[in-house]
Amino acid sequence: MERGEEIMMDVKSAEEAKQDVAYSTALKELIFQLADDDFLISFRGSEWLGLAPHIEEDVAFSSITQNTMGHAFMFYQLLEDLGEGEIDVLAHERHSDMRRNGIYLEKRNGDGNYLDEPYYDWALTVVRNFLYETFKKVKLEAVTKSSYKPLANIAGKVLMEQPYHLAHWKIWMKQLLNSTEEARERIEARLNEAWEEFGDVLEYGSKATEMEHFGLIMGEDELKERWLNEVSKTIENLPSGSLGKKYGSGREGEHTEDLDQALATLSEVYMSDKEAIW
Amino acid sequence: MMPISQRQVEIRAVLKTVDDPELPNVSVADLGMVHEVFVNEGAVSITMIPTFAGCPALDFIKKNVKTAVEEMAWVESCEVHFSFEEKWSTDAITGEGKRQLKKHGIAPPPENYRPGEEWTVDCPYCGSDYTSMENVFGPTACRSILYCTSCRNPFEAMKPVVDYVIN
Repeated sequence: MERGEEIMMDVKSAEEAKQDVAYSTALKELIFQLADDDFLISFRGSEWLGLAPHIEEDVAFSSITQNTMGHAFMFYQLLEDLGEGEIDVLAHERHSDMRRNGIYLEKRNGDGNYLDEPYYDWALTVVRNFLYETFKKVKLEAVTKSSYKPLANIAGKVLMEQPYHLAHWKIWMKQLLNSTEEARERIEARLNEAWEEFGDVLEYGSKATEMEHFGLIMGEDELKERWLNEVSKTIENLPSGSLGKKYGSGREGEHTEDLDQALATLSEVYMSDKEAIW
Repeated sequence: MMPISQRQVEIRAVLKTVDDPELPNVSVADLGMVHEVFVNEGAVSITMIPTFAGCPALDFIKKNVKTAVEEMAWVESCEVHFSFEEKWSTDAITGEGKRQLKKHGIAPPPENYRPGEEWTVDCPYCGSDYTSMENVFGPTACRSILYCTSCRNPFEAMKPVVDYVIN
């Protein structure tokens, strides 16, 4: 295919998408990213339940987390419709090298674990969720124009709910940056860390060219620029230098031990009895 | 559009009796969740519009709608599915839905809401506008927690959700 060549088409159903192998392969790759990103960040969010800084934050964060898990569910549903297997299997049984989430999103909340001495870091959580929700906004806005209509519809639906999530983390970010010296330093340290690790979240992986070619989403560079622009509206002094991929690319199936830990925890009950009806 | 048959009218009436499991006495019809009703002899097919994506009540709603419709004498089977082609917004809640919400201490969503803007509602108990937002997130995805400084009651409000315009 040639660069700049535009293929205008409208794919209205999974059946139609399946007719073209190249198209459906790129499409599924994109949806796996959307699904796995939401799934992992909401799992890390769920680990905070009962531990958030104050009671109203516990209500807010768990509500955001539950709703984000609902978004992951809708994306997995699209994959089920495209013949990738059942939702529960997609969420619970895929090995880590099949996962397409950005590596930064699987990162542990801090030292310790949920049941025993959870020394979680709120600065990491604020920075991660703010950067991610900003990214989710620009990526989904791009996806509303996708050639695959069932995906474009879901993106539009998610975007009606997601502004509440983004607004929430924006407030935390602004307030902590303008708070005490310690608060600002903690946020800035986590921002510098994020700058070394967030790179792959902004990428599309091995099918990037096809995704753009088939009109599934705008190009990677443009998306990245939009994200940076949005982020800089809230944070005046962004870390200098370009974004890194310290641990590789989750879009290519590369992951850290933190993902194995997350998958083992989140699928523990499911694995104990796969036939159970809830 | 095809004329609405007597049978469709009957089904719509039944849907006014199926309540949201988390909002007692507020029917799924009054919440604006019913999109289309198809009738083919005894086979009924209902397309519904989900409220919030992460709402765990959707499965119960689906089941309750199916059960209620299948209890009708002439109905042999009823299929219910959720569609994302139409987008639910809080503007779809009917006047009756709003009245029932208030009865349960839940203020209806503000009108003419624009995404991202701050919003306020009157107290569902005393009607005062001297209220403040405690938490935009509440016990369910669709609700927020507020406080009325006038009658000193905490109350909830349906969180406004409207179509998203991309700049």
